[in-house]
Amino acid sequence: MVEQKGKNASRNQLQTVTLLNTIAKHQFDACIGGARRDEEKARAKERIFSVRDEFGQWDPKRQRPELWNIYNGKIHKGENVRVFPISNWTELDVWNYIRREKIDLPTIYFAHERDVITRNGQLMAASPFLNMDDEDIVERRNVRFRTVGDMSCTAAVESYASEIDDIIDEISASRVSERGARLDDKVSEAAMEDRKKGGYF
Amino acid sequence: MNILKFLTAGSVDDGKSTLIGRLLYDSGAILVDQLEALQASNRKNDDGSIDLAILTDGLKAEREQGITIDVAYKYFQTDKRKFIIADTPGHIQYTRNMVTGASNAGLAIILIDARKGVIEQTIRHSFLVSLLGLPQVVVCVNKMDMVDYSEEVFHKIVADYKVLAGKVGLKNINYIPVSALKGDNIVNPSSNMSWFHGESLLPYLEAVEIPADNRADHARFPVQWIIRPQTDDLHDYRGYAGRVSSGSFRVNDKITVLPSGFNSTISKIELLEEEPDVALSGMSVTMHLTDNIDISRGDILVNAHNQPEVSQRIEADLCWMDTRALDTTHTYLLQHNSKVTRCRIQEILYKVNINTLDKEFSEDFRLNDIGRIVIKTADPLAYDLYQNNKANGGAVLIDSRTNVTVGALMFRANAE
Repeated sequence: MVEQKGKNASRNQLQTVTLLNTIAKHQFDACIGGARRDEEKARAKERIFSVRDEFGQWDPKRQRPELWNIYNGKIHKGENVRVFPISNWTELDVWNYIRREKIDLPTIYFAHERDVITRNGQLMAASPFLNMDDEDIVERRNVRFRTVGDMSCTAAVESYASEIDDIIDEISASRVSERGARLDDKVSEAAMEDRKKGGYF
Repeated sequence: MNILKFLTAGSVDDGKSTLIGRLLYDSGAILVDQLEALQASNRKNDDGSIDLAILTDGLKAEREQGITIDVAYKYFQTDKRKFIIADTPGHIQYTRNMVTGASNAGLAIILIDARKGVIEQTIRHSFLVSLLGLPQVVVCVNKMDMVDYSEEVFHKIVADYKVLAGKVGLKNINYIPVSALKGDNIVNPSSNMSWFHGESLLPYLEAVEIPADNRADHARFPVQWIIRPQTDDLHDYRGYAGRVSSGSFRVNDKITVLPSGFNSTISKIELLEEEPDVALSGMSVTMHLTDNIDISRGDILVNAHNQPEVSQRIEADLCWMDTRALDTTHTYLLQHNSKVTRCRIQEILYKVNINTLDKEFSEDFRLNDIGRIVIKTADPLAYDLYQNNKANGGAVLIDSRTNVTVGALMFRANAE
């Protein structure tokens, strides 16, 4: 795996290598993830128990039927299951749960002032990890992150929601999806499907 | 918030994806970036408007072929309810995917093209909805705009469908004439069909009451895990962890452990740090009993006065889901909630031709075949009949050679 170069370089692909190596090293049978079906259309086809072959690949055409509440966790050596217990939750469900259970969160999820630049209509945090040039204008804006991934491919959204209640109001009224701030999904119409076939979570 | 899970049965030709797209679009669930992606796509309707169907076709192969292959789950919410749509393919070669989607749905929308009326696939979809025991059905007669919003056409289809519903044993049916493409009777009442006095689809879905699909008097608790820390401070601790699959359990209830048949009494129920008096259907809890008896993963605790069937021979409906045909000489694994046991299909009683509903005798059982079989299990199973209690009446077959789920079973009768 070679790190991408250039202005729109993303380190997103690098995550898959680390993930697959870690699974192999510890021989994990199952890895639990927080992905939800409402995030993205390839994720909408995902099983709750999603079997990956020994190369970590997801094959959407060979998924196991998943009926009622019966989950088939049988695998061969070298394979693993990605388990998505909150598949049927939505972004709003997650925030309502955080509010109800009073869960502490990193401050990055709440509105704060930050230096950003605008790329393809998205607010990217100005950082040494972003390849910036003279055309990029750094501005101080009020932003928060709805989704947190690698700095090179996760955009912030303009927001003044500094409390959980504000965030719930903001999501309820939002006209942009959570993954709308993920540049990695926008590479092509099948960006997520292709990455999952390669072993991505 | 109250959740309604529903299934949509129909094909792209019936406008199924357009109907779902319309529900999402008119209820405001399609967001700006998704709309931009739609507009950027080169699939458009003939009049240049956005093709709402591409919202639901998530995989490359589906977009290439213009058909839905796998179940896609879609989510939307109004101020009255949260909705989960299981968008299932309508083609016969994907029958197993429709069965999968139907297994967790409380309501089915069956789409009929107003120009075609009740056709072969309507029979097939209605049979599957009945087989999986969905308690509520909405028949949407779509493309009403193509038949001049004709009241006669609608009533003819309703009359035809009632005959079919009688044959497959469906009850609780509502009929709505719609045009998904134009938006008639989807969110708002259509001015083109003032002769129709029923509710539009979305208000209907927001209000419909779904009968519970498991029985309140069938208290069932499949044991997933025995908790025995055997540490100094928890020396005598012995708890049985699992999820209540139907009914409810109270402290001091008399219970029976199946298949062993031992009796005991619930002494305590734990839910994280709490100790509630009652565990309701769907709750994941740890049970404690007054007696130390032999209980393993796969056993089931039931209320002593209303017990399920226990046997090693069961008559069941089987839907075959694998490309490799059923082998009656092969030993499969059967998974029933947390219980896994070996089994063999002893007899094929009949197969159903799901396009005509005729019962046929056949030696072979292939992908998408559905029929009645007799199964013999290595260990006794404690089960309810599917028609009485879905949560304890269904199981899957796993091929031990591939570990793939190859069949769905709905238990219909004790065959001992």
